[in-house]
Amino acid sequence: MRGRVGGKVLGVGFAATLAFLYLPILVLVVLSFNASGLPTSWGGFTTGWYSELLNNDGLTKAFLNTLIVAFWATLISVVLGTLLAFGLEKAVKSTGLDAVSYIPMIIPDIVLAIALLSFYNLVFTQWLGLSLGLWSVILGHATFGIAFVAIIVRTRLRHFDDSMVEASLDLGANELRTFRHVTLPAITPGIVAGALVAFTLSLDEFVIAFFTAGTSVTFPIQVYSMVRFGVTPEINAAATLVVGVSLVLTVLALRLRGRSETTL
Amino acid sequence: MNGSTRLRLRRGALLGPALVWWTALLAAPVLLVLAYSVFQRGVYGGVVYDFSLDNFDRIADSLYLDVLWFSVRVAGEATLVALLIGYPAAWFIATRPERWRTILLVLVVLPFWTSLLIRTYSWMVLLNDEGLINNGLQSLGIIDEPLSLLYNEFAIVLGLTYGYLPLMILPLYAAIERLSPELREAASDLGASGWRAFLTVTFPLTRAGVTAGCIFVFVPSLGNFLVPDLLGGGREQMVGNLIQTQFLKARDWPFGATLALAIIALMTIVLLIQAWINARDRTREVA
Repeated sequence: MRGRVGGKVLGVGFAATLAFLYLPILVLVVLSFNASGLPTSWGGFTTGWYSELLNNDGLTKAFLNTLIVAFWATLISVVLGTLLAFGLEKAVKSTGLDAVSYIPMIIPDIVLAIALLSFYNLVFTQWLGLSLGLWSVILGHATFGIAFVAIIVRTRLRHFDDSMVEASLDLGANELRTFRHVTLPAITPGIVAGALVAFTLSLDEFVIAFFTAGTSVTFPIQVYSMVRFGVTPEINAAATLVVGVSLVLTVLALRLRGRSETTL
Repeated sequence: MNGSTRLRLRRGALLGPALVWWTALLAAPVLLVLAYSVFQRGVYGGVVYDFSLDNFDRIADSLYLDVLWFSVRVAGEATLVALLIGYPAAWFIATRPERWRTILLVLVVLPFWTSLLIRTYSWMVLLNDEGLINNGLQSLGIIDEPLSLLYNEFAIVLGLTYGYLPLMILPLYAAIERLSPELREAASDLGASGWRAFLTVTFPLTRAGVTAGCIFVFVPSLGNFLVPDLLGGGREQMVGNLIQTQFLKARDWPFGATLALAIIALMTIVLLIQAWINARDRTREVA
């Protein structure tokens, strides 16, 4: 009996926790359709703030920049991260290298941001005379993207049966054919999931972009400067779009990774 | 080509690209910026390569020690609140039927994968003087004047807890899920003996999950820049804000680098404490 009461308290508490996690986001979504533009009074349903968004050149340009950054950062992350995953799972077993591959995920973003800024400034600006821009953000985002792709592909590789490769080689396929027709199809869901995660992270990343974008502006940088001027209904619309995109990409990534790998 | 050369070539081809990338764009930059901490700021910004430990003297100034202490305290408070919310939540998920667990876990983790900037902004909408919470309380007649909920320590702790709560729940869930059902049952019996059983038996068995969750919340909170910037409104500064000021406004990169070094040192201490607790628990299990 007492156990059941305890269970009920837990259930109510969990519902409250979910409300805590989702209500703030939900409020933004609702406000983005609020005609009054105020957080405190409902003036009827409108999609007007979304049209304003499309007419806001700063925001649309920043959004395109973010897509460019996320695309290239993801491409680099997928190629290098997948190779690394193979290396760490199939070629070298080393706890030291394992530890190294976690560093980009746990290093505080502000430390990586000022480190990259200092390095770019010395090497690219002072020695090579280049100015910072989207490309420097791409390099930074790939630096942590590689680690996330690698860890996701590795879990997939660990569940992959090596005897399939041996069978294929025994049957006369060479290594390249075996890779293309046996290994690659088996780990593709992991690679795609890793790509989605790297893309989402890049899309939402603010601190490194803020420090290393030079005069270029990404979407989070633009939203940040708008937020600093105060709460506006346009930001709510932009926020709703970004959260929507992130949620869709994340759900896709989770589905691809399968039920047992929901933890990351 | 003999076997061992081939093996080495293959290793190089697989590991090489990522390791070269990280040497150039992670190791070198971090070492460079940490090296800046023993140099000086130039008159017009920039770095003058004169060795000195002045920055370490300066960081020991009470002004900066206060900021460091404030950062540790705020990160600690956020961690504690996240643990108090996260433990029962993780317990609830772990005691559901199996097909529900994945769904509930995904529900808890999903917000973490959306922009921290936007999730923090949403609290500005809720907490400001004309915001939803103040307005709601006023229209209900509970308060006359708006409460100042934003731009203070409370707002920062709330924002950090909100931002990193999913990272607390995940390892806790993993630890609780491993417990035997009998143990869980004994502890969910909320009588006096149940509580004692929980505190003396069940909770210690999930300590690895507790320490992992605490690290996952404490570490990103400690060096956070965005949450104190938006919810502290410049009135309450954490070390992340101070670093940003040094790098982008005061243009004193060497001192900013020294502050970054302080974050890394604090992080290392926390990680060592975690390792020590885990090692102690493991030897006890053996004994």
